[in-house]
Amino acid sequence: MFPVIKNDLIAPKLHRLVVSAPRVAVARKAGQFVIVRQGVGEERIPLTIGDADPQEGTITLFVQAIGTSTQKIVNTPAGGSLLDVAGPLGMPTEIKTWGRVACVGGGVGTAVLYPMAKALAAAGNEVTTIIGGRSKSIIILADELAAFSHDLRISTDDGSAGCKGFVTDSLGSLLVDEAVRPQAVLAVGPAGMMRAVAEQTRPYGIHTVVSLNPIMIDGTGMCGGCRVQIGDEIKFACVDGPEFDGHQVHFDGLVKRLAMYKAHEENCRLLAS
Amino acid sequence: MTNNLSPKERLAISRALMPAQDPVARSRNFKEVNLGLDEESAIKEAQRCLLCKSRNCVSGCPVGVSIPEFVGALAEGDLAKAATILQRDNALPAVCGRVCPQEAQCEAECLRGKKGESVAIGNLERFVADWALHHPQQLAPVETAKSRGKKVAVVGCGPAGLTVAGELIGKGHDITIFEALHDTGGVLRYGIPEFRLPKEIIDIEIDRLVARGVKIECNVIIGKTLTLDDLQKEFDAVFLGNGAGLPVLLGIPGENLNGVYAANEYLTRVNLMGAGQSEECTTPIVRGKRVAVIGAGNTAMDCVRTARRLGAEAAMIVYRREEAQMPARLEEVHHAKEEGVQFVMLASPLEIGGDTDDWVRWLRCQKMMLGEADASGRRRPVPVEGETILLDADVVINALGTSANPLLTATAPDLVLNRWGNITVDANAATSLPGVFAGGDIVRGGATVILAMGDGKRAAQSIDNYLKSS
Repeated sequence: MFPVIKNDLIAPKLHRLVVSAPRVAVARKAGQFVIVRQGVGEERIPLTIGDADPQEGTITLFVQAIGTSTQKIVNTPAGGSLLDVAGPLGMPTEIKTWGRVACVGGGVGTAVLYPMAKALAAAGNEVTTIIGGRSKSIIILADELAAFSHDLRISTDDGSAGCKGFVTDSLGSLLVDEAVRPQAVLAVGPAGMMRAVAEQTRPYGIHTVVSLNPIMIDGTGMCGGCRVQIGDEIKFACVDGPEFDGHQVHFDGLVKRLAMYKAHEENCRLLAS
Repeated sequence: MTNNLSPKERLAISRALMPAQDPVARSRNFKEVNLGLDEESAIKEAQRCLLCKSRNCVSGCPVGVSIPEFVGALAEGDLAKAATILQRDNALPAVCGRVCPQEAQCEAECLRGKKGESVAIGNLERFVADWALHHPQQLAPVETAKSRGKKVAVVGCGPAGLTVAGELIGKGHDITIFEALHDTGGVLRYGIPEFRLPKEIIDIEIDRLVARGVKIECNVIIGKTLTLDDLQKEFDAVFLGNGAGLPVLLGIPGENLNGVYAANEYLTRVNLMGAGQSEECTTPIVRGKRVAVIGAGNTAMDCVRTARRLGAEAAMIVYRREEAQMPARLEEVHHAKEEGVQFVMLASPLEIGGDTDDWVRWLRCQKMMLGEADASGRRRPVPVEGETILLDADVVINALGTSANPLLTATAPDLVLNRWGNITVDANAATSLPGVFAGGDIVRGGATVILAMGDGKRAAQSIDNYLKSS
């Protein structure tokens, strides 16, 4: 059993949980995830580890209630517990000193972006963070990101927070100006957004990393359900990823595989849509 | 009851048939297919054993069960004695009685099989093991071994790890099993379907080990949560039985279409997560109307028979050789046929085709024929030029097998692996690292439950020797 220490609602349907998982807290690196099962009979839900405190033995998870099993996770109050937390899984984010890095988060993907951006800033990069979503209510972690970002830019489709427009508009203004053009770009969000970012940076040849969220079960490479086509190769997001070179990802296939259980409830995927 | 029939009387008894659910009814439910022998027919079957001196059946058993002794006790009607012998020799007898390929092991060596039908050793093992599980109070309690003060970590709660645990707890060692999934049993639970091995049997067998003092920690992935190095610091010896790993890909166009599963995913959804088994289950699965399963091993049979139970009108085995070469247990093939499974032989997949939404619609195969024998003695399938077979299919399942999972080994650079990434061991199951032993599919690639258990038994002996000398 993994006790829930804190549970805060930070945006509609989006909760921040602090969970006691001492071994994971020690082993975890930025970019890795855990698989959580709230109780008997529930789905195995992959969730990015937002943050960790090895001394306290806790990890922070951002969970969006999108199906029965995720609803049960967010309904677990402080003092309650999660039955299974397994991890840390996946490859950590490649942390290098690139110089200028743009970190782009769309919607709940911002929660996945947060630990990656934080680790890149800690490694000495000048991080420009660009986050966006449909409206103000789903802009999350702005203060936390501002704390280490050289510049934080917010955009919303309806203009209710930051600039009216898309994150790609904001990124575009960085790319055209050689004086501020980043050496690397990280993008996490809906597949369409990540594809748009990858296409934007491709002409500049800028190293672009995206974090994918395919359907997965075990998270250890056993089931092969999370396979994605990267260039000419098929890779498993759970063990080879979840981060990949955005210029090599076949987004069409990813989007179609994500729709595999649309008729059913689609709730066993990484939190980033 | 005495077991003093004359050889002639023994020879006059014909092999007991295993009662089974009606094929039509069972092809639509997940209940166990084989119903088990009753006591009377089991005892009669046991009396068929000639109690020969050669005891070849024992050498045919990878874990060396004292078969003539337990069968002899059963023939005398002494079920408690039979059960005690069986549980002493085999950590998971109720499992082995169901899933072992007896026809290629103990029963293949049975003297009676030379001129007729062998003693149904597997069915007798199942009968005695099931009786024991349901009558624990009639068995003498297993004596608790005196603690020897040594700690052993077992990685993986599958058949190899459980066997190591069962053997070593009996020798007084302190055992902790680390399991990556949220539940116990490894492939016994996520891989083998309910209709072949009920979960209740796995639960009781594992509860028996826990009652004897084995500790099991789920959700711990060695190589991620903890490393092999961490285990070596905390434990006196380590056994690696982390099992098979990544699915081997087909490597043909269309592999990533929706409705194409690797066998592990298909079976895990159904067996571990309960997809399609009850109304309440939230795990989704694509229920195909026409399901093509590529491969002809036990895993392929499990997939194709599961597909029937999930409602497939046509469930097909697609295999590039002929029926006689299929690696699956005979009983699985026989059961699959009874349940209406179709066998498309001499067909090697070329391409999977889909519709505009990327859902599978067909599987195109190269027509094959058998050519010259290869090094293994099997006739090699060769293409029949210009001839292909087109199968309509809305689900395609790849049951070609698995390759070694690199999660653990990637974080243990000093561990010597073979060129396929499997852990290299010596005849005593010892790896290149002192105090670290390994067995099961992480050593063998894809094999069987009983071979993994044989490895576990051998490794347990080596670990015990190692701990005595360390």
